[in-house]
Amino acid sequence: MTPQTHMANDKTLLRMEDVSIVFSSPDEADIEAVRQVDFTLTRGKTLALVGESGCGKSVTARTILRLLDKNARIPSGRILFSPGDGETTDIATLKPDSTAMRSIRGNKISMIFQEPMSSLSPVHTIGAQIDEMILLHENLDKKGARARTIELLEQVGVPGARQRADAYPFQLSGGLRQRAMIAMALACKPDLLIADEPTTALDVTTQAQILDLLRSLRDEFGMAMLFITHDLGVVAEIADEVAVMYLGDVVEQGDVFEVFKSPQHPYTRALMSSIPRMTRHADRQRLNPIQGSVPSPKNRPSGCAFTTRCPHAFEPCASVRPGPTGTSENHWARCHLLTDPEAPRVDGLIQPQVEGTPNAYQGDRT
Amino acid sequence: MTALLEIENLTKTFTMRSGMFGDTISLDALVDINLEVEKGETLAIVGESGCGKTTLGRCIVRALDPTSGRVSYRPEPGKTIELSSLPKRELKPWRQDIRMIFQDPMSSLNPYLRVFDLVAEPLRIHKIARGAELEQRVISTLEKVGIPRDALQRFPHAFSGGQRQRIGIARALILDPKLVIADEAVSALDVSIQAQILNLLEDLKADFGLTYIFISHDLGVVNYIADRVVVMYLGHVVESAPTEALFERPRHPYTEVLLEALPIADPTRRKGQRAELQGEIPFLGNRPQGCPFHTRCKYAQDRCRSEKPALRPVNGTAQQAACHFAETLELTGAYDAPQRAIA
Repeated sequence: MTPQTHMANDKTLLRMEDVSIVFSSPDEADIEAVRQVDFTLTRGKTLALVGESGCGKSVTARTILRLLDKNARIPSGRILFSPGDGETTDIATLKPDSTAMRSIRGNKISMIFQEPMSSLSPVHTIGAQIDEMILLHENLDKKGARARTIELLEQVGVPGARQRADAYPFQLSGGLRQRAMIAMALACKPDLLIADEPTTALDVTTQAQILDLLRSLRDEFGMAMLFITHDLGVVAEIADEVAVMYLGDVVEQGDVFEVFKSPQHPYTRALMSSIPRMTRHADRQRLNPIQGSVPSPKNRPSGCAFTTRCPHAFEPCASVRPGPTGTSENHWARCHLLTDPEAPRVDGLIQPQVEGTPNAYQGDRT
Repeated sequence: MTALLEIENLTKTFTMRSGMFGDTISLDALVDINLEVEKGETLAIVGESGCGKTTLGRCIVRALDPTSGRVSYRPEPGKTIELSSLPKRELKPWRQDIRMIFQDPMSSLNPYLRVFDLVAEPLRIHKIARGAELEQRVISTLEKVGIPRDALQRFPHAFSGGQRQRIGIARALILDPKLVIADEAVSALDVSIQAQILNLLEDLKADFGLTYIFISHDLGVVNYIADRVVVMYLGHVVESAPTEALFERPRHPYTEVLLEALPIADPTRRKGQRAELQGEIPFLGNRPQGCPFHTRCKYAQDRCRSEKPALRPVNGTAQQAACHFAETLELTGAYDAPQRAIA
């Protein structure tokens, strides 16, 4: 069942296998915010996790760092992290406040957030905050830590780094604050950087600067990036691979060029036709959005999560959850249209022949 | 003359005191803005945070009083109302004609009012309808924006972001306005909902013969919806042109920077490292001498540092730019972004 597009090999840095995340509350039924998510992060590559509000992308990212509140649990699945010392850790089994988890969090995996103003301490200078990170994880004294901090700030393009280290977050512009946060995240040379909507709150020119910076730092540090965003333009700009989430399911994953060229899940296709294209007015097409809005996770159909809004939904969709179907070596989607010979024909999908066997890519999948 | 709205030499200055006993400093949020809005068009105002686009919208509806300059509204040929100098009391009838839609429908809808009352409020304030007629108008307006009849007695919190925005639109439309100012009306919405609202705005425009001022920072959306675009930077209009001309070949370097920075949802048009985007927007309080953009402009010459360029037609066309070198610079547009090899 598990999609094995990128097989577990020494290039795999982190693998989510069948991970579900459930939130419980005292007066309501449990909510499964994320169900049986699988994806793979490759060393040095950027995976973009894309989806609309409430699809579970941030929850997934926080789970990797075990930053979720106490009412969240992981009832199934493994989060296998192989930082390259030959050992593989299952993060899902670690206690969030254990020593083992703390040595990973901030050190081997670090994270940057959407709103730097609310995730930096307002009463400490940015220098002090980065120093703290270095002192915690590395064997350096205060002086050494500060030297490293200044070096980091220079690396992320903060002008006048030595003076700016003594500035408080409110004294910096949004772009500089985000750079300071990136410097902090990179302080311990992580293997994986999780970026949760890091450019959403920024202006378009600042966003372009930060995207350029993240791309060059990724290459410089050789780290992998999990980039969470709702903006398909940003995905196209920065990602090597993309995973599309809808209501707690990863519905499609693949190489960014393939997914944009030939999306195979109806939800991905609907997203693509919801964004205005950069075309002359003669070629302008009316937007073709999905009708309705995302249902609450409480009302998720037991089958495919997208059933209620899918224009092509047919008989098995509401009850049977589709498995991942590979449509090429680096691309798979969860959709019955891709496997069921009885399915309605849809242009652009790689569907099974009307008679005979599925023609979907079989490849090295199990 | 078919201009529905004409803005002449509009200036808005805010004064701010630094500290309790500090000096007052003045911030020019809008500097000498001149523009016209034609009847039936969609005019987009674009620019980054702090460029003055929201202030401009607010000065038009007199939510803010302009420091100087004129805003004239022409409801019918031969009739000109100078909105900027009318006393508040005399302004009220014109407030039916010019309505606003706001960015965040959660904070612009009163959480204690039910949908029916939210949408009925403008009719009551302007004493236009009551009783059964009022009810009829509320229901039909809500239907037009796609809110079902059974939702009338619910509170705003019971709706999704997209539906709340539809309620905000209903509030703007119920008075049969002529001009609607949409201030980042789709920016807070998810892409699929954003597309629904953009389609709705388009349909309503055709049905009601509306004119839109569409304030946005998203150039992709602007290219889709606008007939004409005004680009603002630091309180100045730096370029004003028909949408296609502007995206085809911008005439102001700042417009080029905006287009270059725009991420396009197509990995084959990925832009790679962009060297030209240096620095940040200067603080309004210490605006540079000369051209406001020269501190970040890669084409800046000595003349730009001393002499402020005026907004003028480029080669006699409808495209206007405030750049000394608007005619000669070969700036890159957005339609034919080169397809680069992937690094």
